[in-house]
Amino acid sequence: MLKSKTFVKKTRSGGVLKIVREHYLRDDIWCGSEVCKECKDEAPVLQEDACIESNLCSYPHYLIPDTNVVLHQLDILVDPLITNVVILQTVLQEVRHRSPTVYKRIKDAIHEKDKHFYTFTNEHHRETFIEREQGESANDRNDRAIRVAAKWYTDHLAKVTDGGPLKVVLLTNDRANKEKAEQCGLIVYRCEEYIKSLIGNPELVDRLALTADDQNEVTGSKLLFPEHLPLSRIQTGIKNGTFLQGTFHANRDNYLEGTVFIHREGADINEVLLRGFQNLNRAVHQDVVAVELLPKEHWVAPSSVVLLDDSPNDEDAEEDETENKLKSEASESSALKPTGRVVGVIKRNWRPFCGMLSQSQIKEATRHLFTPADRRIPRIRIETRQAATLVGQRIMVAIDGWPKNSRYPNGHFVKNLGTAGDKETETEVLLLEHDVPHQPFSQAVLSFLPKMPWSITEEELKVRADLRHLFVCSVDPPGCTDIDDALHCRELENGNLEVGVHIADVSHFIRPGNALDQEAASRGTTVYLCGKRIDMVPELLSSNLCSLRSNVERLAFSCIWEMNHKAEIIKNHFTKSIINSKASLTYAEAQMRIDDTTMNDDITKSLRGLNKLAKILKGRRIDKGALTLSSPEVRFHIDSETHDPIDLQTKELMETNSMVEEFMLLANISVAQKIYDEFSECALLRKHPAPPPSNYDILIKAAKSKDLEIHTDSAKALADSLNNATTESFPYFNTLLRILATRCMMQAVYFCSGMDNDFHHYGLASPIYTHFTSPIRRYSDIIVHRLLAVAINADSTYPDLMDKHKQSALCSNLNYRHKMAQYAQRASVAFHTQLFFKNKGIINEEGFILFVRKNAIIILIPKFGLEGTVFFENKDKPSPHLNFDSEGPTLKVEEHTFHIFDKVKVTISLDASNLQHQRIRMALIEPVIPGVSVPVPESEPVAKKPKLDR
Amino acid sequence: MAGLELLSDQGYRLDGRKAPELRKVQARMSVFAQADGSAYLEQGNTKALAVVYGPHETRGSRSKSLHDRAVINCQYSMATFSTAERKRRPHGDRKSSEMSLHLKQTFEAAVLTELYPRSQIDIYVKILQADGGNYSACVNAATLALVDAGIPMRDYVCACSAGFVEDTALADLCHAEESGGGTALALALLPRSGNIALLQMDARLHQDHLDALMEAAITACKGLSKVLDGVVRQHLEEVSVLTSD
Repeated sequence: MLKSKTFVKKTRSGGVLKIVREHYLRDDIWCGSEVCKECKDEAPVLQEDACIESNLCSYPHYLIPDTNVVLHQLDILVDPLITNVVILQTVLQEVRHRSPTVYKRIKDAIHEKDKHFYTFTNEHHRETFIEREQGESANDRNDRAIRVAAKWYTDHLAKVTDGGPLKVVLLTNDRANKEKAEQCGLIVYRCEEYIKSLIGNPELVDRLALTADDQNEVTGSKLLFPEHLPLSRIQTGIKNGTFLQGTFHANRDNYLEGTVFIHREGADINEVLLRGFQNLNRAVHQDVVAVELLPKEHWVAPSSVVLLDDSPNDEDAEEDETENKLKSEASESSALKPTGRVVGVIKRNWRPFCGMLSQSQIKEATRHLFTPADRRIPRIRIETRQAATLVGQRIMVAIDGWPKNSRYPNGHFVKNLGTAGDKETETEVLLLEHDVPHQPFSQAVLSFLPKMPWSITEEELKVRADLRHLFVCSVDPPGCTDIDDALHCRELENGNLEVGVHIADVSHFIRPGNALDQEAASRGTTVYLCGKRIDMVPELLSSNLCSLRSNVERLAFSCIWEMNHKAEIIKNHFTKSIINSKASLTYAEAQMRIDDTTMNDDITKSLRGLNKLAKILKGRRIDKGALTLSSPEVRFHIDSETHDPIDLQTKELMETNSMVEEFMLLANISVAQKIYDEFSECALLRKHPAPPPSNYDILIKAAKSKDLEIHTDSAKALADSLNNATTESFPYFNTLLRILATRCMMQAVYFCSGMDNDFHHYGLASPIYTHFTSPIRRYSDIIVHRLLAVAINADSTYPDLMDKHKQSALCSNLNYRHKMAQYAQRASVAFHTQLFFKNKGIINEEGFILFVRKNAIIILIPKFGLEGTVFFENKDKPSPHLNFDSEGPTLKVEEHTFHIFDKVKVTISLDASNLQHQRIRMALIEPVIPGVSVPVPESEPVAKKPKLDR
Repeated sequence: MAGLELLSDQGYRLDGRKAPELRKVQARMSVFAQADGSAYLEQGNTKALAVVYGPHETRGSRSKSLHDRAVINCQYSMATFSTAERKRRPHGDRKSSEMSLHLKQTFEAAVLTELYPRSQIDIYVKILQADGGNYSACVNAATLALVDAGIPMRDYVCACSAGFVEDTALADLCHAEESGGGTALALALLPRSGNIALLQMDARLHQDHLDALMEAAITACKGLSKVLDGVVRQHLEEVSVLTSD
């Protein structure tokens, strides 16, 4: 049957168009239920006994939610308990228009087999299509369409089951809609009613989002915030320049301050400071907001005060006090930053947040404050009846809204993650907070794995270079199971050396476009946490088929050079190959073999050759201006049974580390050049931009305090001056400088060569660079492998590989994942450090001042690679007299002046008073300042074994 | 506003068709008495009128005529009211000239021109309402008009467009799908021999997908040929009933 749809549309230029579209109605759209014999659906989705136990509906039933229920109560719908739901096309289309994120989530739910969600294409069904009537609004029509579809389902099911018990239940929160539906004889409930009736699942009720009419009672009448402007006024404001649009970043250390980064290119102001509760106006970290600049006389300088929102209750009395404190701060005119206030929120970027519940003091209260783990997120008020069981647990909460008369945003409970402080829970939290995908691989993904037992086929033997006779070996850290690189070196007949770098051929197993590939692309990288690894590809590949283990035949992608003894490359050659590694060594074992003069087997000779060449290569690289930077890295010795950290040590670097690194760099650079020559538009490369000169200010100042000069004009100058910056009396000084220099650097990023023209890698002093050598743990390397394979005619190409826009999008995902993985790694180290100190008790240690702040100094303890802050202001004690000089920078506390790099003595202990943000607390012992420093603890407390692994 | 979703997860297109399904095709032959052949064809909301004159002596200069076969003269135009915004110039613009040329090429491949040396066949097509697939509607209408005029052809010429969205080939695109940004291809086929009279695509498409797209277009053309055949037979029945009386 044919219907035509006619509607009027406004064009961009302002004209009015009449659009006519055909609309076909079908009679081959099935109801999707197992019971139905009439519909010829091959794989019905909805089950026959659709049982969600409920007080209201004791019969099996399918749910039909309306648009607003899907939009606002999605957290409930995606719960595993809720199954057999019919999502109407009308609903899906409306959701798509209104919220892309909800749309994405509901689509994910539909794809999940166990959920039994069925999409009913009601708009094209002959019996459920309705036309908009005269004077009916679009929303009313859609509501009616939903009712008609629900009615059809009711009648249809009654017909096919001959009046059996199966029914459909319409969920709507709209009162008018509900009444009309009841008149049609439908079973209809409000979402709250229905959820509350569910038997045995009280926690679902907490996930109900608060809807508009519930919120009114929560708050007092006092308006706390100025009204947000409507979107139309914001848009005109942005157009004529009175408002600026940008992303809001809350300050981690000061909850009353934030920065808006302005999006517009070429704007003279690209950062706007926001200060104070009213001016922040309910912006939450990462929201896209519109700001208005304040007049110049109201501009302020960013404060270096650390301010935490830790008022015990949700009263508003204290606010004025803290705000006054902020204002009283004297600021020089030079440091003033453009300051503004938020006039409206253009796009909220709310996600579910992890954190903990701070229980209300009133026992019976059902409203509680939730404190997110991320300090940039404000506390959230949630309603729950299970507060008692949630205390001490890590939970997830989503924000529903932030009314203008409420001090805190309103939210609802989503999920309980487990006991706080528990290792699994904390790991889960830090993975969630850093957006690291860590679910087990789905069946769809696993189905693309090769079948075991796996062996190399004849065809592979034919097309690949057979390098099994070579003495290839791998050198890795101890305990490494995903070995993605192996090396060899041998002397050729002409006296030159042949050096080979063999990389696991992951792209052979992961074919473009399949579920396995998509999953790997979305994960982007393997994440290494302390004692846990979140794989990018399933374990069968990462630890077995792709891992270049010793004495098994493996597929590899080889990069082979012919070099002379001066390490000059004469020829290079890329090929897919088959290798058989003769030994997998650790760095220490390899080092031992090189040093042991009595060993003269082929592997050792090969290693010596490599080591010799690596030294030359490294020397040459450093001459060019490659930087050697330093960061205090520590490694935990983990108890094999309890998995608690027993001891930590800083990572030791051996010659062999740098040997492997040199050849990896060489391979990466050679491959980068090759793929760029071949595909100048779509090569995936990695660049490291030179930092802006102002980044070095802190480094130059720090060196000046020791009467040294650092030149930062070029990488070479920087490297040289860092090498020369040593003082006799202070051997650790150079390392400290290098640590500081590391902090000045920019992030290295992936990019697509067709989208950029600056390829330089600053840190490595290489004109071009990419990642080729770790395809097991980085997705970028897989793409580079594919490009290289096409370049040498070993594999076929596919459309997305050659599309620079798609590749650019991929790069930004990879960059994001890498950054997040790094943060997660750091957070994991921090958590394990805390566990370590929890077991150790209080420790006295020497440290150095790394930064000087207005009210605190930041201290680095080289022994543990640990950084901590010593505050000089305390809430319950009168603060000492402080004098901060930003030129030095120095801080004078009473009579003592702290300089950067000063040696101090501190006690380290774990501050567990705040269960969520357990932190390492440092207190000053030396120099002794009365009223500030603490006395030396009398006896070294004995390290206690924890009683329980908690 | 989010862009249009051209293909839903359930496999339905904007107007409710599935990927390989054609729009509703309706046609009538002999709509005008004066012309030698004429036909009116609707392919969904795209409506085309085709009129054929000839074969007749070449008009104008003699130099145009060919000694071994007939000249085919095509003219394509669009009614001013055929699009959502009123068209200023109904014919003679670049697009129309290009379309005229394409039609000429298509029918030179299909009509047995060598039977009529030194003569001319005129084909005039007009789009009355445009909703995507203008070229294919024109070809299909002109085929019917040629049949109506009794001009011998190798086979019906059936044309259909096909597009590529989310790794699926869609047959017979409507206007929204054509302008949706994907790749579109127009194919004119002689269905019985499987020979291709014209193939046109001016967007980027990866080579791997070309076969799938061609396959979809060919299947659609074959489907269309059945419809056209039905129309011709129906027409003949009607005419023979009239003449037998």
